[in-house]
Parts: sequence; structure tokens; C-alpha cells
Amino acid sequence: MDTPIIRTRELCKQYVMGDTVVRALDGVSIDIASGELVAVMGPSGSGKSTFMNVLGCLDRPTSGHYELAGEPVENLTADQLAAIRNRRIGFVFQQFNLLPRTSALENVELPLMYTDMARAERHAHARRRLEQVGLGERLDHHPRQLSGGQQQRVAIARALVNDPLLILADEPTGALDSRTSLEVMALLQRLNRDGITVVLVTHEQDVAAFAGRIIHFRDGRVLSDRAHAPSDAQARLDRAEPAGAAT
Amino acid sequence: MSWLATLRIALNALRVNKLRSMLTMLGIIIGVGAVITMIAVGGGAQARVEEQIRSLGANVMMIVPGSTTSTGIRLGSGAAQTLTEDDARAIALEVEQVQAVAPTLRGSGQLVYGNSNWSTQIYGATPEYFEVREWALVSGRMFEPQELSGAAKVALIGQTTARQLFGENVPLESVVDQTLRVRKVPMTVIGVLDRKGQSAIGQDQDDVLFVPLSTARNRLFGAPQGKLRRVGTISIKVREDADMKLTEERIRELLRQRHRLQPGQDDDFTVRNLTEMLQAQEASSRILSLLLAAVASVSLLVGGIGIMNIMLVSVTERTREIGLRMAVGARSRDILMQFLIEAVTLSLIGGLAGVVLGVAGSYLVGQFAGWPTVMKAEAVLLAVGFAAAVGVFFGFYPARKAAQLLPIDALRYE
Repeated sequence: MDTPIIRTRELCKQYVMGDTVVRALDGVSIDIASGELVAVMGPSGSGKSTFMNVLGCLDRPTSGHYELAGEPVENLTADQLAAIRNRRIGFVFQQFNLLPRTSALENVELPLMYTDMARAERHAHARRRLEQVGLGERLDHHPRQLSGGQQQRVAIARALVNDPLLILADEPTGALDSRTSLEVMALLQRLNRDGITVVLVTHEQDVAAFAGRIIHFRDGRVLSDRAHAPSDAQARLDRAEPAGAAT
Repeated sequence: MSWLATLRIALNALRVNKLRSMLTMLGIIIGVGAVITMIAVGGGAQARVEEQIRSLGANVMMIVPGSTTSTGIRLGSGAAQTLTEDDARAIALEVEQVQAVAPTLRGSGQLVYGNSNWSTQIYGATPEYFEVREWALVSGRMFEPQELSGAAKVALIGQTTARQLFGENVPLESVVDQTLRVRKVPMTVIGVLDRKGQSAIGQDQDDVLFVPLSTARNRLFGAPQGKLRRVGTISIKVREDADMKLTEERIRELLRQRHRLQPGQDDDFTVRNLTEMLQAQEASSRILSLLLAAVASVSLLVGGIGIMNIMLVSVTERTREIGLRMAVGARSRDILMQFLIEAVTLSLIGGLAGVVLGVAGSYLVGQFAGWPTVMKAEAVLLAVGFAAAVGVFFGFYPARKAAQLLPIDALRYE
């Protein structure tokens, strides 16, 4: 069997708040294989966001072991972590986090700015990714000129632009209505079928239903971890909207 | 990230907050403008003094008659004619530090040529005077020895006088050999002097006529006063390598001895070390221009603090942007460079606008206040360089603050 793309062992993360110690993660051991679409669920304060931040190399665990694609990351320097975020991981956030007053193309290009890729090549990559998410016509639009769903698709294009192994999506549909949520999930499912591993955090059962595996967190521990037959977001979309209607 | 890309991000960020960027730059603009204007004004003052030193000639001393006391009433400086041609000769012979000694007699008089006339300063002088003053002829010739001893009716003419008498655009060569009447005495112009410009006290030094010393004494300014052949002023050029103070002392001793002054009695003459006076003036104008530049650079410093202030605001406002950039792969030093370049761009654009302001300011000062200004490329480069340095210095703290954010904290910042 292939090396899992994510392998954590006894991952712990503690915060000191006032005079109490908060155990945001309390011994999490999980393997996620390449090509999975995993939903991480749990009530707020269950540690699911902390888990995502650690997976995304945005935060360091207090103790425990984490290998990303076979490479241990807990002892890497800040610059090495930045390089890993840059090349291996694509982030999708609830609030999109696009740069205002910056075109969709430049937003997508952003991760490439921190590589030594030439400008023309950066443009070409960003354009291809925007076309892939169905925004090839809106390269020069600023975030303000785009709908929420379109903004999230720009953010997904940005997450894809560096050809990452892994997409980490933190409540990607949290700021969207149900229809655009479906569109975003259909896009993530499509990308997943094309081979990208996706881990998403959500507290909505509806959204988690599109995942092939659901991990529940509670009090910093894994409560349950089970496979799941994913429903098809695109099929739901097609049912809701007869073919031929404008998108 | 490449420099160019970082610069584009910086320019973009500055453009987004146009008004704020401009107000922040204003401090730098005013600072750089003030520094350049002040250096130009100070440089102008210094250049004027240097020009005066050049027009005076190097290492020049002047001996003027001092006050005399007669029956208890002390008369002012120059009231008595205590200096003689023999004093001048004695100084030339006995003080070895002296290169040239030039006794002169001064008076004024009306000159007439054809139907034009002009009142001017008339000096009786010897060729040594022109050596002391480093004053050349542009046309004609110097006094001959027999003209000096024979009180010949010849004259050297200054350029202002020449223009006033012979017309504004007369060729200077054609003035030579013309005859004019000086206090009704006809005299032949034998040479035209080079232009000398303004003196230290603002007098036009070209408004002048020179005749041989003997001619002035015998033909223009009345009969000889006794047998002593008194003179008004003795100008002295000291050798390049000699000590001015020491020479001054030697001359004083010699003159006191010759004038038979008792110990304790006041000098009946005054030695003026003109070069030294002007050098002191030059030093003070240099200090003044330094002081002006220093005051002006304080405003540059204040402008820098403005930059730091606005950059701190900008870092706080853009915390989420910083978090995002870090999440997609920006290293600390990428963030540091981004904000540092933004600060430097702010100060450099301000600096360049300040150069325009400074150049315009010096021009206006020259035009309206009538002060001479000297625009130096070094001053401009210095001011712009200083502005850039201010940007780096005051931009560093906010930039480092941004770079030290943890990605997770920056992303979560509300």
C-alpha cells in the first residue's frame, strides 16, 4: 500500500488560557490515503479547526508526530513550513480570503509569486486554473464584482495553482447559500475524482454527505471515523436545475 | 518573490490609499524640499564669500591710518594721515614675509569725456597694487616707471567707469588712448582693468580710475603735504607660506618704531587682515548652512515618523492579508521585504517630489529674496538618499512586526 498522504500519531496541542490548560488536540492518530475526500466534523471547540491548522502546517503541534507525504514536518523551520504550504497544500477558507482590489487572475497567481516562476508562466497557470473552475471569462474581475460562489471558486483555483497534493478546506460552504454550496462541493468532488486529496472541515451534515469518509471530533479526540458512501453533488445540481438553464 | 513583483505590490497598496499615502509623503516632501532649499541658500552665501575672497586677492592685509589725539580730542580712524610712502618702502625692505607692498591715495572726482561725465573713486597707486589685488588688465598696459616718478597724466580705467563714460557697448580696446579730463586735468587712458565685481561690503569695485601715485598727489589731490609724501592706505600681500598673524605683528612693531610711539601709547594706524576677516565670515556662513540643513533634516525625521505610523496602521489593517500570504507560501522575509519596500517606495517618491519642491523653492528664494542660491547635485543626491534611509529606518520596525506574525494568528485576526 502507498504511503498515506497524512499520517499523524498521538498529535497533541495545548493552549494556556488564563490559568486553565485547553487541550485542543488530545492524542489524534489518523492516516489519510492519497485520493480520499474526508470530512472532519464536530461541534465548535472539538479541535477540528486546530487539527486542520496542524495539517496545513499553519500551526505546530505541542507533541506527537505528523508526516505529510512521508516527510516528518514537526521539526521543520518556519521557512521550510512556508515552502511546504507553498508547494504541497492548497487552502480554501470560509471567508474566501481573496485580496481586495486585485483581479481574479492575480489572486490565483498569488502562491506562484512565492516561487521563482516567470511572469508569463505564472499567468498561464493561473488562467488555466480559473478556466478549470469555470471562471475563464472573469480573469480581470475584482472580488467585489464576483458573487460569493464565484469568489470561492477563485479561492479554489488559487488552492490548485501550485498542483498541491492536498486541499484543506475550512468550512468552504459556510458563507454560501445552499445552491452555491452544492456548486462548490461538486467542484471539490470533481477535483477529488481527478486525484487530489481533499480534507474539509464542516459542521453541516449535508456537506459532509459528499465525503467518502467522515471523522467526528469531540474534546480533541477522534470520536468516530467511518467510511461513507458519498452522494454526488453534480447529480443533485442537475436534478435541481434542468439541463439547458443558465448557470 | 522578485523585486519587481514586490515593487508592484507596494505601488498597488499605496495607490489603494491614495490620500493617506500622499499625506504621509508630505512629511518627506517638505523635509527633502527644505533640506535642498537650505543647502542651496547656504551654498549661495558661501559662494558669495568665496567670490569676495577671490576678488580681494589671497593673503591681503591693509594698513589704514589710525586715530590721533590732539589736545585730548581723539579723532576717528583715518582722521590723520600718519602713513607715508617711506613706511611702505620700509615694510617691503624689512619684513621678509611680505611679497608686495602698495601704498595708495584715494579721492573722488568728476571725469569728463566728450559730453558725458561721471563721478568716481580715483586711486593713486603703483603697479604693486594690482599684484596685491591680483587684478589684471584686459586691454592696454600697466604704468611705466618713468610715468610713476614723473607724475605722468595717464590712467587705468575700471569697466563700470569705462561704460559710463564711453557708452554701454563700447569695445574695451577702443577706450585705450582716449583722453579724458580728471578734475579738469586731461589724462590718457592707457589700460582697462578686468572685471572685479562687488566688494565684501557691496561696492562696485569696477567703478574706479587709477592714476600713478605721484600724479594723484601732485596733480589731483592738492599740493604735497610737507616732504613726507603721505599716503592713505598701504595694501600688503603676504607670501603664501607666511603666517598672517606673525607678519601682522612684525609690521606693527616696525611702524610703531618708525612713528616713534612710546610703549603704552596707542597705535596711530590699524592693520586689517582682510583675508582673515573674510575667512571667518566664510566659516560662519558654512556653519549657518550646516545649521539650516540640520534644522531641515529634523522635518525629514518627522516625516519618517509619519511613515512609521502609517506603516504600523497598514500592517494592522492587512493582518489577514499577511496571514493569507503566509498560508500560500510567503516566508517571513518575503513579508518583511514587502512592507519595507512599501515604506521605501513611499519615502522615495516623497523624496523625488521633494527634489522638485526644493529646486522650485531655491529658485523662488533667489528670485524674491534676492539671495544667491547654489544648487548642488550632491545636495540633491544626499537629500534623496537620506529620504530612502529614513524609509528603511522607519519602515523596518513595522515590516518586522508584520514578518513576525504567526500565520495562524494573522489568518484568524478580525
